[in-house]
Amino acid sequence: MRKVLLWLPLALFGLLLGVMGHGILHPEQTTIPSKLVGTKVPQFELPAAVPSHPALTSRDLASGKPVLLNIFASWCLPCIAEAPVLEELKAKGVTIHAIAIRDKPEDVARFLTEHGDPYANIGSDVSSRVQISFGSSGVPESFVINGKGIIRHQHIGDIQAQDIPKILKALEEAR
Amino acid sequence: MKHFVLTLLLLASPVLADSRMGAAPLANVQLTDVRQEQQAKALMETIRCLVCQGQSIADSDAEMAGDMRSLIRERIQKGERPEAIRTWLIQRYGDWVTYEPPLSVTTIFLWGLPVLLLMMGGGLAMGRIRRTSKR
Repeated sequence: MRKVLLWLPLALFGLLLGVMGHGILHPEQTTIPSKLVGTKVPQFELPAAVPSHPALTSRDLASGKPVLLNIFASWCLPCIAEAPVLEELKAKGVTIHAIAIRDKPEDVARFLTEHGDPYANIGSDVSSRVQISFGSSGVPESFVINGKGIIRHQHIGDIQAQDIPKILKALEEAR
Repeated sequence: MKHFVLTLLLLASPVLADSRMGAAPLANVQLTDVRQEQQAKALMETIRCLVCQGQSIADSDAEMAGDMRSLIRERIQKGERPEAIRTWLIQRYGDWVTYEPPLSVTTIFLWGLPVLLLMMGGGLAMGRIRRTSKR
């Protein structure tokens, strides 16, 4: 018994090393999902990001049919990769609203001409205020919202071609 | 090809990772009311940055951290209590966002362990002291 007790501190130290080693080899997950999935979208009213598209308010996200809300920015690289995929979703009949984060009208306009324009309304969120109220932690990010304005699904990062079926399914389920 | 693209990304992202917008109004500007600024600062030091995880938003230079600082200062300026803002953020990002984890089933061990260890140490010390004083 005494001998076992003598080795106990070393064993505990070994355990601690093990825990630390595990933490180093398997870093914590880096995506922070929004806790608002399953609840109503936060109330907001954003001005138009470009003259060519209408502004965006939370009322536009409770229009009676499911929509995709895309949070993007002209200065965000993965958003460029995502643009053609969003156009494909639009071609399949999906209504896509957008919030442009920390963006100037001329930059958004240039992004739309250069990389494609799948958007219905685009709101401008210059200080990330609405983004934070959605529990979103970066660009690009997308939310599937049902006709009553309840968030049904969150996609973190750019929507890639292989994600299309998943997004369409989430939109179908939100019907 | 993959490596080439990765290299390009590595070279390009630091330049394009930030927007062309300046900092939000109160991101780096203190509130004029000293007491309010103290409250805001104390809250910022315990809110975790979402982009540079591991730093508080008070320590981070990320744009989003600046936007969160501005949001906190603006709301405290309007008279909101710091803990109400913390709760608002937890509702959106979960306990993850705060460096002051609330007491719950999962964190009971975290809060209870120091007390438990202190009691164990105290017991050990008491046993020793008794034994030596008996001699």
